[in-house]
Amino acid sequence: MMSPEIQTPEAKTSEAQPPLLRISALTKKFGGFTALDNVSVDIRPGERFGLIGPNGSGKTTLINCISGAFRTEPGTVTFGGEDITRLPPHIRTRRGIARSFQIPRPFRSMTVAENLMVGLDFAGRADEVVSAGRERDTMMSILTRMGLASKADVSTAKLSQVELRKMELARALATHPKLLVSDEAMAGLSNSEVDEVLDLLMSLAAQNITIIMIEHIMQAVMRFSDRVMCLEAGKIIAIGKPEEVMANPRVQEAYLGT
Amino acid sequence: MNRGGTTFWIGAILFLAAAFAMTQLIGNQYPFFACYVILQFIVLAIAWNVLGGYAGYVNFGTSAFFGVGVYTAVFLFKSIGAPLVVQIAAAAIVGALMGFALGLLTLRMQGIFFSIATIALTIVIETAITNWRYVGGAAGIQMQQPAPMAPFTSYVQMLFFVQALLVVLAVAISRYIQNSWIGRGLQALKDDELAAECTGVPTLRLKLLACVISGALMCAAGAPAAMYLQYADPSSAFNLNYSVSVLAMSLIGGTAHWAGPIIGAILLGATQQLLTVTISSEVNVLILGVMLVLFVVGAPEGIIGLIRKARGNRGEGEA
Repeated sequence: MMSPEIQTPEAKTSEAQPPLLRISALTKKFGGFTALDNVSVDIRPGERFGLIGPNGSGKTTLINCISGAFRTEPGTVTFGGEDITRLPPHIRTRRGIARSFQIPRPFRSMTVAENLMVGLDFAGRADEVVSAGRERDTMMSILTRMGLASKADVSTAKLSQVELRKMELARALATHPKLLVSDEAMAGLSNSEVDEVLDLLMSLAAQNITIIMIEHIMQAVMRFSDRVMCLEAGKIIAIGKPEEVMANPRVQEAYLGT
Repeated sequence: MNRGGTTFWIGAILFLAAAFAMTQLIGNQYPFFACYVILQFIVLAIAWNVLGGYAGYVNFGTSAFFGVGVYTAVFLFKSIGAPLVVQIAAAAIVGALMGFALGLLTLRMQGIFFSIATIALTIVIETAITNWRYVGGAAGIQMQQPAPMAPFTSYVQMLFFVQALLVVLAVAISRYIQNSWIGRGLQALKDDELAAECTGVPTLRLKLLACVISGALMCAAGAPAAMYLQYADPSSAFNLNYSVSVLAMSLIGGTAHWAGPIIGAILLGATQQLLTVTISSEVNVLILGVMLVLFVVGAPEGIIGLIRKARGNRGEGEA
């Protein structure tokens, strides 16, 4: 289903394994506006996938379709070999798709620990939910990995921007994801904070979590991604190795405006 | 949790014992009339809080549920002479179904739109009952209280004790919800529905559950009211005053803890009873409005919020 202008990535490891996430012929319209136009892409297990594109190109719409916040009319989303196109978001989360939000959306009346507990209670692994003690252990270990252990009992209303981003990633981890979609987790952060979050995402990827990262910060995308896809006006204009995509004249024109 | 549970159930048993002792020791009927109304408001406020407080869906349709409870009892009593227990159970079932329908509304409506829809619901149902001759229509219907059951010497005392039982049931349910995963899920969806969904919370199912529980309790609380007054008419059974009072009680008491609506209902209910006797029933409404404004401005978290603030951050989330 790929249009000819899309460069097929090298097929070394890809064809051997079935894709974790397969998006085929996905179209999403808002009234007369086509936000996504016949998008097809496979995400391999364990892949670090960068998603770029100018504002309004359909990146967030695409991940809303992946996480289930939007229903798609034509097109299917397949996860781990199962068609999830018609499933509501909470079922997708339980199957292993977690996400963070472009503008953090914490549960504001709760502490950091309680935010994570929601994920553990409703989408965590059964053996961890059974006993409250283990649940607390799991939660603290996630917070420690995210560098938030000292903030466990702090209200989310008191967190800084970078802490909120980390909290969102931690909450996503509490749902025990196979696929993590990070929607501009680094937007508005300082350079050192960007490195911090990037390192966290790298360490998660090393633990065999597949990650789709939407980002405007190019060094971060280049450093992070195995593969990059560029959207423009709802269409894929390039997909492949980061250097190749960045070198693509259409990407430069659309995205960098040169 | 377990220690809190034991304390809670001991408290509940003491409360019921005290209520029962009252019926055996006090001969004067007035205290039962007055306390019955307060107990009824406690049940209604707790029921309201399950949906309005925990889930954040502000329901102005308390009077719709209450009135349907009243008229379920009236219908069953008139048609088959059903005993009180059957009236209450049937009202709870009808309320649960109504709650389910209300829950489906939350699919498309949030915030103020949901609230307006619940007012519309009240008007629609009231109009339907007003035009239903069998249950008395607009003129209302008179009913004769049957003889009270064994240990009770008057029917009103019996109703008082039954309402006390409903209070314990309602508090137990509300407390269970607050301390369980259901409460955590409702709190999450109250804060942010999309984020809750994406964290694995089945928001629709939890909202339906909250609506069903809330509706069933409200209707159950309304069922004995017909027998209490020996009379029912649509304009008092569906009086918007129930909706406003119950909302005010929950907000003034505090919605974040199951004890909030109880505190609010006792405080406002007692004040209303006192004012009705000493000044006039019209002043009620004025006082209610003034108190609501004072609390919304001065203590938006209600009395529970004030207590928590006073105790610092200690003692949060205890049973």
